[in-house]
Amino acid sequence: MLTYFLRRLLMAIPVMFFVAVFVFLLLRLTPGDPAQAIAGDQASLDQLEQIRETLGLNEPLSVQFLTWIGNMAQGDFGRSLISDRPVLEMIGQRLGPTVALALVAMGLTLIIALPMGVLAAWRHGGMTDRLVMAVSVIGFSVPIFVIGYILIGIFAVNLRWFPVQGYKALADGLWPFVHRIFLPGLALASIYIALISRMTRASMLEVLREDYVRTARAKGLPESLVLFRHALRNAAIPILTVVGTGFAMMISGVVVTETVFNIPGLGRLVVDAVLARDYPLIQAIILLTAGTYVLINLLIDLSYALTDPRIRYQ
Amino acid sequence: MSLTTSAPASPRKRLLENPPHWTTVLALIVLLAIIAMALFAPQLAHFEPTKLNAMMRLKPADETYWMGTDSFGRDLYSRVVYGARVSLLVGAGVAVGAIVIGLPLGLLAGWFRGLDAVLMRAMDGLMAIPGILLAIAIVALTKAGLTTVIIAIMLPEIPQVVRLVRARVLATRSETFVEAAVLLGTRPMRIIWRHLLPSTIAPLIVQGTYIYASAILTEAALSFLGVGIGTETPTWGNIMAEGRLYFAMNPWLVYWPAIVLSLCILSINLLGDALRDRLDPKMKGRS
Amino acid sequence: MTATPPVLSVRDLKVSTMGRRPAEILKGISFDIHPGETLCLVGESGSGKSVTSLVTMDLLPRGELEVTSGTAALNGEDIVTASPARTKALRGAEMAMIFQEPMTALNPVLPIGLQMDEIYKAHTRMRPAERKTAALEAFEAVSLPDPPRIYDSFPHQLSGGQRQRVMIAMALALKPKLLIADEPTTALDVTTQKQILELIRKLQEEMNTAVLFITHDMGVVVDIADRVCVMRHGEVVETGAVDQVLGAPREDYTRALLAAVPSLTPRPARAQQAPEPVLELEAVNKVFAFRPFLDKLLRRPGHRVQAVSDVSFRLDRGRTLGIVGESGSGKSTVARCVLRLEDPTSGAILVNGHDIAPLEGQTALEPARRAVQMIFQDPNRSLNPRLTTGDSLIEGALNAGEPRAEALQRAGELLEVVGLPRDALARYPHQFSGGQRQRIAIARALMMSPDVIVADEAVSALDVSVQAQVLELLAEVQAKRNLAVLFITHDLRVAAQICDDVMVMRRGEVVEFGPAGQVLAHPQHAYTRALLEAAPGRDWDFAAGRRVTEPA
Repeated sequence: MLTYFLRRLLMAIPVMFFVAVFVFLLLRLTPGDPAQAIAGDQASLDQLEQIRETLGLNEPLSVQFLTWIGNMAQGDFGRSLISDRPVLEMIGQRLGPTVALALVAMGLTLIIALPMGVLAAWRHGGMTDRLVMAVSVIGFSVPIFVIGYILIGIFAVNLRWFPVQGYKALADGLWPFVHRIFLPGLALASIYIALISRMTRASMLEVLREDYVRTARAKGLPESLVLFRHALRNAAIPILTVVGTGFAMMISGVVVTETVFNIPGLGRLVVDAVLARDYPLIQAIILLTAGTYVLINLLIDLSYALTDPRIRYQ
Repeated sequence: MSLTTSAPASPRKRLLENPPHWTTVLALIVLLAIIAMALFAPQLAHFEPTKLNAMMRLKPADETYWMGTDSFGRDLYSRVVYGARVSLLVGAGVAVGAIVIGLPLGLLAGWFRGLDAVLMRAMDGLMAIPGILLAIAIVALTKAGLTTVIIAIMLPEIPQVVRLVRARVLATRSETFVEAAVLLGTRPMRIIWRHLLPSTIAPLIVQGTYIYASAILTEAALSFLGVGIGTETPTWGNIMAEGRLYFAMNPWLVYWPAIVLSLCILSINLLGDALRDRLDPKMKGRS
Repeated sequence: MTATPPVLSVRDLKVSTMGRRPAEILKGISFDIHPGETLCLVGESGSGKSVTSLVTMDLLPRGELEVTSGTAALNGEDIVTASPARTKALRGAEMAMIFQEPMTALNPVLPIGLQMDEIYKAHTRMRPAERKTAALEAFEAVSLPDPPRIYDSFPHQLSGGQRQRVMIAMALALKPKLLIADEPTTALDVTTQKQILELIRKLQEEMNTAVLFITHDMGVVVDIADRVCVMRHGEVVETGAVDQVLGAPREDYTRALLAAVPSLTPRPARAQQAPEPVLELEAVNKVFAFRPFLDKLLRRPGHRVQAVSDVSFRLDRGRTLGIVGESGSGKSTVARCVLRLEDPTSGAILVNGHDIAPLEGQTALEPARRAVQMIFQDPNRSLNPRLTTGDSLIEGALNAGEPRAEALQRAGELLEVVGLPRDALARYPHQFSGGQRQRIAIARALMMSPDVIVADEAVSALDVSVQAQVLELLAEVQAKRNLAVLFITHDLRVAAQICDDVMVMRRGEVVEFGPAGQVLAHPQHAYTRALLEAAPGRDWDFAAGRRVTEPA
């Protein structure tokens, strides 16, 4: 178990290294002068020189890379070119709404998608199955922002059940929080529900064909035990994997959802940063989300060990 | 000793024996219609998609303006028709590009074990960066032209292709017919070409359709966020991005392009599913 | 015995596939099983024997197969028409089943104890403590070592034999009236197989259980059956007491099946002309060493497995050397070293006098690769499904620079040699049966005009009648071309019939090596004797059709 964990941890290091390289190269490989690209066409020579100085663009590439990595290792992610505040501080202020939104979407997804997938696999080929597949393929086909606007159109504009836009932190009370985050959470969850229900169904279909499921039935066990104790636990690993890799998809969704529902989170921050070409901020946000992605997938690797004793005893 | 009876069925015969589901046929018709729309946009559109008309701002649909007009008085229908061009082009560019780059990388990773570890960690690294963040960063740092948008959307799709091809290669190379080929003196490059590559084609075609669909979605999202192709070239995404400012007044500015976009993606996804069931019967009914 | 009513009575049972073009899998079969009796359903693949058991357990795959008519009555109660709730109550309590693959039949993520406990929980009102006691007793009854430890173990921590014992303990936990065993020993080594068969026999006698035993192996039939029911293409060919069916079969098909079973008595030694060695192994060792990066980092030793230790032999032109052993004996690794699909750790491998062990790369190995060709176990996987037979056959010739037309001409001729029509060249592997594909594999090896053919379990995946035909073909080709054959097998019967010399391996080491007549008829080593004693059906002489009174 410890060996397994260490091996996974060891594999995460080169992945993070490559993430850093990509993010680093992103700016440097941009055609033309990166300082010009950041500052825009109207920048003065002084401004350009200042940007070069701030980003260390006058140094050789290798030195730039090592300084950059070194600074980050010390927790220094740089300062915003626009507001001159430390980017970590800016990110910290916007983290709350994004995390809340992601967790709500994740919760909704698991509550909705897992039973959908299990049911569809169990009644393979039947009406339920076809319905689940239809919902899933539609979820994949309609952009999140369209789903967002449809939800707003129906539940906020016409029925007036929910506010159109906005965000309240949990600290401001449970009801205001839930009231404002439910629609964006649902919109964000839509694509994830499509993904997870499909994967659950596929994985369950595979497992339901296994010999041990036949053994469980041959023992005369109730169907609920066969499905949830014998089958779903074995089907878990591919589902968990998709939950992990789907995190990247979730972040993309967050950016869009926050724009639709006007939520002051990281997604909005990154769009604003891009429009203002605030490069240190973009860089830090990309690195941190990628780091979170790697961390989440590491945790998911660990959760494999909890579901599968063969990994635990490795 | 007699040969078993299953004669090689011609593709046409197989199609007749196992006709496609009605949803597949419908999806094909819808997709062909959208392709035709893109090809014959100048003939189908009622106006120049960029033609402004200050007198005709935010008109509801009527006989001339089938979908109404936008905040600049441009004909929404004509813009949606022209929008198909960019969307389909972006989808094709991304799908073809991702496969052209990902296929050789996947083949090499699957065959040369030494290369595999490094390459796959790099691909993991690329996958760890949320696609849309990477794309908006690239587009923001360069000029938002068609090529930039295609490259920006394509990069995050490459790891998926590499992983798929590599997985197929690993599965196939453990087959005994590959060992048999080694024993017959076949060289590695020829084994890759003759025995491994063909097994990746069918899943790649299917994956290609999904990438195609997802690329159109991402382009729309980029345009929606304001970092896509400029509004002088109408795309479904930037039509919606402009329309959302007037959503409360006329939601159809968002709904019309959304409907066409969703129908297009839906048809591609359905065709992808149908293709997968046909090319790889073992995968039938799976994800 | 017939005075008591039957436990299971199957009458005119018909099963079809569902879908657009239904095909009949069972075409109206009938049989009875009485308490304390073992009925063997025996037949080749596609005979419908497994489907019969699934009908009885009401476990037919939903949406794929359906019973179209007939009854299967358990203690007079028809399973076919019973409600799902009722059959669920019967399953595990009144009727139970053991499956072929002990590796996959237990749930890998749940502890053994829980999987055992479920049965008591589903069918009885026993309290938790009682259930655990009962489970431990059941493990004890199937001679599992240290039941409390087994109770807390996961399936992957047990050996194949132990897992099958767990399956038997589960099946018999509630003393069912009927036990269905579907090829329960096919995936096991012979020595384990013998123990499991004895265990089933013993428990059956204690509990007076009726056993429906499904097998393809006539040897197993001899060891376990009271009565036999021979099946073919979904029909019962012949039913009767075991001695009667095996001793005086009424039907041609049964006779053919029995005739195809190779005898355990070694065939007479073949005369040998001037010996000319083509393949020599000198002290070959193969060590699999795994030392992952992490272990290096932590300065831990990696894992080392000595798969082959100090194997030496000489194979002459025109002769057949058999390497026999159970799984894990290293016999296949020897074959793979000879073909340089694995690199030997030390030792010399001389092909026509040249040592190929130190050679690297396809170019250096080319002459040896031409001289030594292989026939693999699974004919479904050894031919590329996307290539026509012709393209598969000429691959090696093209690599060697032979013009395509010439190679195709030769391939066509060779197809006729292996008993297939020339037009098979244009067909794809899926259009052939398993036996035909193995013929194509032989033709592909012959295309290279080799001196040695390595056959790794080349007939193990085939039905017994097809197996006989392929072995016959192999012998014919060997005689005509004066080939040396290295034959890897777990089946002593096959070894006895085709080998000149036999080498017995266990855990990587050579236990006994000598002429087949000597090793198999007068074994010197205790392990060889144990293997021979465990060979199923050894007390039946299939050629003479009667029980052997004196051990061979």
